[in-house]
Amino acid sequence: MASKLTLSNRAGWTFALPGFALIFTFIVLPFFFAIGLSLTNQRLLSPNPTQFVGLENYQQLLGLAVVTLEPERNDAGEMIRNAAGEIQYPRLRAITRSDDYPQYRGMREWFHWQSGENVMIVIASDVVFMKALVNTFLFVLVVAPVQGSLALMLALLINHKVKGINLFRTIYFMPVVVSIVVVSLLWRFIYDGQNGLLNSILQALTFGLFQPVDWLGSPSTALPAVMAMSIWQAVGFHMVIWLAGLQTISPTLYEAAAIEGASRWQTFRYVTWPGLRNTAVLVLVVITMQGFALFAQIDVMTNGGPLDSTQTLVFQAVERGYGKQDISGGSTISVILFAIVLAISLIQRWLTRER
Amino acid sequence: MAEVSLKGVKKSFGRVEIIKGVDIHINDGEFVVFVGPSGCGKSTLLRMIAGLEDITEGTLEIGGRVVNQLQPKQRGVAMVFQNYAIFPHMTVRENIAFGLTIAGASRQEKQQKVAEAARILQMEHLLDRRPSQLSGGQRQRVAIGRAITRKPAVFLFDEPLSNLDAALRMDMRMEIGRLRRQLGTTMIYVTHDQVEAMTLADRIVVLKDGQVMQIGAPMELYHEPANRFVAGFLGAPSMNFLNVDVLELDGEVAMVGNQSLEPIRVATRRRPFRKDGKAILGVRPQYLRPVHSGKGLLHGIVAHAERLGSETVVDLTLRDERELIAAFNEDKVFEPGVALELTFDTALAHLFPDEGELQTH
Repeated sequence: MASKLTLSNRAGWTFALPGFALIFTFIVLPFFFAIGLSLTNQRLLSPNPTQFVGLENYQQLLGLAVVTLEPERNDAGEMIRNAAGEIQYPRLRAITRSDDYPQYRGMREWFHWQSGENVMIVIASDVVFMKALVNTFLFVLVVAPVQGSLALMLALLINHKVKGINLFRTIYFMPVVVSIVVVSLLWRFIYDGQNGLLNSILQALTFGLFQPVDWLGSPSTALPAVMAMSIWQAVGFHMVIWLAGLQTISPTLYEAAAIEGASRWQTFRYVTWPGLRNTAVLVLVVITMQGFALFAQIDVMTNGGPLDSTQTLVFQAVERGYGKQDISGGSTISVILFAIVLAISLIQRWLTRER
Repeated sequence: MAEVSLKGVKKSFGRVEIIKGVDIHINDGEFVVFVGPSGCGKSTLLRMIAGLEDITEGTLEIGGRVVNQLQPKQRGVAMVFQNYAIFPHMTVRENIAFGLTIAGASRQEKQQKVAEAARILQMEHLLDRRPSQLSGGQRQRVAIGRAITRKPAVFLFDEPLSNLDAALRMDMRMEIGRLRRQLGTTMIYVTHDQVEAMTLADRIVVLKDGQVMQIGAPMELYHEPANRFVAGFLGAPSMNFLNVDVLELDGEVAMVGNQSLEPIRVATRRRPFRKDGKAILGVRPQYLRPVHSGKGLLHGIVAHAERLGSETVVDLTLRDERELIAAFNEDKVFEPGVALELTFDTALAHLFPDEGELQTH
């Protein structure tokens, strides 16, 4: 749009320049760098010259295969069982290290299941990445609906003209203002396995029947614990977005609904929710993006553990790129993450489009 | 169908009293218009009848039942709002059927009632459109459609035509008049537009500052205004008010005059006046006629004239420097600066007590 604002506005452009320069240097440039680096074997510090390796990094990360292990049989063709009667299978190594199967070389077991008398094993060339991928999706799938609906409920609660309502708005919004690192540190104490606040409360509520749990220390509770804390931390932010959406709905629509005799639920169903359509798309997209970018909580609270149960994509990207100095590997994860987020955003926009 | 009765109704927001005790009785099937300047409380009063605002004091009865504490839906009213208040995400059909949907009506019943409403409002061809594809007039018709499907006891209209342009407003006005004859339901209509009030109403309620100024049939209010406010509010251009001296008082008739007005005899209509006191004479611009005989009652100089084709509106400066508006129902040229004599039928003039609040134009 050729307007006075964009054409003859030298002062305006001058003021915008530092901002543009920063955005270019720290967002635009690294974005293209990441794509470029993901096609090389660049390391942060290395005496060897950088080589173009094509899509090898992607293959290294995304390589997946299913192998079938058949029971070991004796010469008579009977299955060999051990003393406990369990069927004996050849070691997976026999395949992944065999020269007969060069395509499986270096891959490791991700998970397996029993299929009849055979065992099916999914092997991945990068099991940690796969776990990070699954954890990240799990995180988004749980956090997006729960945080979104919780935020909507809070917004509905505080969207009333009641004395002192601003106090509640402030309280709900407070965690958003506090740095996520500080919040994560505090929640580490809350989740502490010995005398953390959560265990103490649960014990007090159950008169000591509750056995203390090391929330961040066991693979089954670590990710849910991080989810719960993340939902709590950012719910206020989305509450404010919902609130803004609620206030764009014309009050006369509510009055019309009241005159027509709509109950509270019907009012929500026919007036509020349809009026929040655009807000819902925004909230959903923002939560999804934030969910995929999960890093600080992991870095502060669990470092990806225990047993890789809280590995996430961004954490892996940083861990690889800087921890292991494998900057091309880190870049590759970033590009994959970008593709995932882009795809999901497009799908969400398509699903929630105006019909 | 139902009667609506307000007895000593008051409304306060905090310490500010908005409605200061209103008594109105509306008969079954009557079309009553609340009219008044903005801020007079007419919309608030309507919203109190609807149940959207609490009633601070007094009682409100609909159909012989006190409804002060009832929810809007229990009062059996339907309301049409100034900004339509139709649901943007629903089609016209869904909007009209909204009340039925809420009540859990069957698909068949909805279909039948929507079809009936669409037929009455002549909008069968619009049923599958969305509000964004409709003009203002069509949107308001959807809102009316939603109101009539529920067969309410009382229809409430809150300035329904104010968001429409002039031409459309006239069409819709006639449509509402037609609808009213067709349905025969009690209707309460709020407007600041006196033309709507005059043309639609069985009775008009003129409100000012939360008080009823006068209740009556349109022509009653026009010809026999109870006070200066009503006299000045109804009629366009509005009534001229002249500061006059009471020269003689003779029972029901007073002789009044001033510097620019020859002494005339006007009926007092039982209003209190004092000999040698002040009074205010009200004359509608339409009742003034130019004369050339030297027998004119008013003498002035043409300041400005507007020719409207069917009517010529002349702005005069009187001898005492006050302004006077005259409207002649013919197309005639009046040059500014020309002296003009005017006369009028003194039986059509009104005399009001001077409450010391007459502003000059």
